[in-house]
Amino acid sequence: MYEIVNKKVLNPFVTMMDIKAPLVAAKAQAGQFIILRVDENGERIPLTVAGFNREAGTVKIIFQTVGASTLLLSKKEKGEYIEDFAGPLGVPTKTENLKKVCIVGGGVGCAIALPIAEKLKEQGCEVTSIIGFRNKDLVILEDEFKAASEKTFVMTDDGSYGEMGNVCIPLKNMLENGEAFDEVITIGPLVMMKFVVEAVRPYGIPCTVSMNPIMIDGTGMCGGCRLTVTEGGERTIKFACVDGPDFDGYCVDFDEAISRNGMYKEFEKHAFEDSCNLLKKEAR
Amino acid sequence: MPNMKTYKNPMPCQDAKARAKNFNEVALGYDKDTAIDEALRCLNCKNMPCVSGCPVNIHIPAFIEKIKECDFEGAYEIISKSSSLPAVCGRVCPQEKQCEAKCVRGIKGEAVGIGRLERFVADWHNAHSSDLTLNIEPNNHKVAVIGSGPSGLTCAGDLARKGYSVTVYEALHTAGGVLVYGIPEFRLSKNIVKKEIENLEKLGVEIVTNVIIGKTLTIDELFKLGFEAVFIGSGAGLPKFMGIEGEALKGVYSANEFLTRSNLMKSYLSTSSTPIMKGGSVAVVGGGNVAMDAARTALRLGADNVYIVYRRSMDELPARKEEVEHAIEEGVEFMLLNNPVEILGDENGFVKAMKCIKMELGEPDEKGRRSPVPIKGSEFILDTDTVIISIGTSPNPLIKSTTEGLEVNKWGGIIIEENSGLTSREGVYAGGDAVTGAATVISAMGAGKTAAKAIDEYIKGKTVN
Repeated sequence: MYEIVNKKVLNPFVTMMDIKAPLVAAKAQAGQFIILRVDENGERIPLTVAGFNREAGTVKIIFQTVGASTLLLSKKEKGEYIEDFAGPLGVPTKTENLKKVCIVGGGVGCAIALPIAEKLKEQGCEVTSIIGFRNKDLVILEDEFKAASEKTFVMTDDGSYGEMGNVCIPLKNMLENGEAFDEVITIGPLVMMKFVVEAVRPYGIPCTVSMNPIMIDGTGMCGGCRLTVTEGGERTIKFACVDGPDFDGYCVDFDEAISRNGMYKEFEKHAFEDSCNLLKKEAR
Repeated sequence: MPNMKTYKNPMPCQDAKARAKNFNEVALGYDKDTAIDEALRCLNCKNMPCVSGCPVNIHIPAFIEKIKECDFEGAYEIISKSSSLPAVCGRVCPQEKQCEAKCVRGIKGEAVGIGRLERFVADWHNAHSSDLTLNIEPNNHKVAVIGSGPSGLTCAGDLARKGYSVTVYEALHTAGGVLVYGIPEFRLSKNIVKKEIENLEKLGVEIVTNVIIGKTLTIDELFKLGFEAVFIGSGAGLPKFMGIEGEALKGVYSANEFLTRSNLMKSYLSTSSTPIMKGGSVAVVGGGNVAMDAARTALRLGADNVYIVYRRSMDELPARKEEVEHAIEEGVEFMLLNNPVEILGDENGFVKAMKCIKMELGEPDEKGRRSPVPIKGSEFILDTDTVIISIGTSPNPLIKSTTEGLEVNKWGGIIIEENSGLTSREGVYAGGDAVTGAATVISAMGAGKTAAKAIDEYIKGKTVN
């Protein structure tokens, strides 16, 4: 059992928690993920780490309520326990030798982008951050990004906060104006990452994406997280849990990944409605 | 007087129609009288050919003698000297290729039902005996075991009996490895696995879940923690795919994923939050035990049609004979001498059919195995909603990538000395699927046993010098 030592609701859909897991906290690095189960019948939920405190032995997770399992997790309070917490899994984000980087985060993906921005700043890299959200109410971690970046652009789809429009607008502007980034690192919804990759492609700047496919074990056993990347002209199967979650954005077959992530859409919808109904009953 | 009946006492089973719709155990096990009657078929041969067929060398005639004497606990004691998981082996070993293949009674008729008797003895013990109290003298040496599957549990059990303080690290949230995530409930009840693991815990084995060696802790760190030797039994790894068009479609699973969803994550129960695709038609590609497990699981989840698509013929089917028979009885359709060439999807990216080609067996190769050859122009379309690919796995890459000096072969299997399990690193031993790629539970147990013996000799040797 793993204790929730801190909880903060960041917006109506996004929650932050610090979980006591000393072995994981001792090893975790930006870009890696953990797998948790809320209770005995729970799903294994993969979440990329949003931070860690090695001294306190805690790992920070930030998650969006997207289905029944994340809803259940969001209902847990400080001082309560979750059943399982394993990691760190996957390969850490490569930050060596980077001097000038643009971080592009979307929605809850910003939570994962932040520790990478912080790590880059720590090693003396010049960080530009672009963070995008649907509207003002959903904006998270703005101050933290500003602290870790030379320049920060906050974008909202409806213009209710920051600049109106998607994350590609300031990115394209900067690239057109000749900003010489060593790399663009993007984390967020698949569709957003796909467009970021296309925006960067004409400039030939390396573009790293963080993939978040459906996973079960997360340790290289089930193969559910497979995606297709093109290497040396050949399409190959890669596994996000052991080969990723970071990949060269130019090589990823995004359309396939987008389709695969919709495999259980119907099931999720029903499970979510069921839990909502249960909660409604409780409320009554 | 021995019982000279030509055939084994049949195994009582759930009715095929009924069991195809539930997850309860298929084989029900011998009762006491049947077990004694079957035991009497054993001729107690002096040269014991059956023992040489057992990867862990259980003293088979001796335990069968005890059954004849109605001393079932005595029989259990004999088995448990060689095997840490008798209730498991009695259920999942391919006895017809091992002990029973060597049985003299098999020359004229059927071999003694050794597997069935082993199962009877283990079940009798678990039902009647409180526990086997062993006086173990702790020797104050620490050994770490990576993975709680058959090889790891066997190695841990053997070392614990010798007095070692053993810690087993498991990456998943439940101990048991393939016995829990892979083999379905209807073939091996999870309660049995749990019981066997509890038996090991009674011996003093400590099991730590949610620790991924190679990530959470490395092998070098284990040595720093005071472990004097490490056994790697991390098991099978990444599933293999065929490399044909359409394998990324929604509705295509590896057998590992499909079985993990159903077994470990219990998606066959309404209480589970883990989804699985069920119903419609399901095509399973492959002919091993895992393929049979996947096919029969799909049937129980409510599929209308389940096909085994295998490129060779019935004679080459590698699965355990009893599983094939059970699958046929339950209504799984065997499409033999067929090979998939493409998986076809609908406009939403879900599987709708699989294009296959008919095969014929060519001339035997140097190993005598006839390889399948496609028949030109024989392609056909098989309508299906789900495809489960069960063509094997390659060893898990996590430990290798974080352990300096650990040598692997070109397939990723850890290289070991055959007779000790010793790897290229001092004090590090390995066995099971992490070494061989996908194989059987019992061969993994054999490897765990060999390594336990070698680890004992290694640590004792170190202490003396």
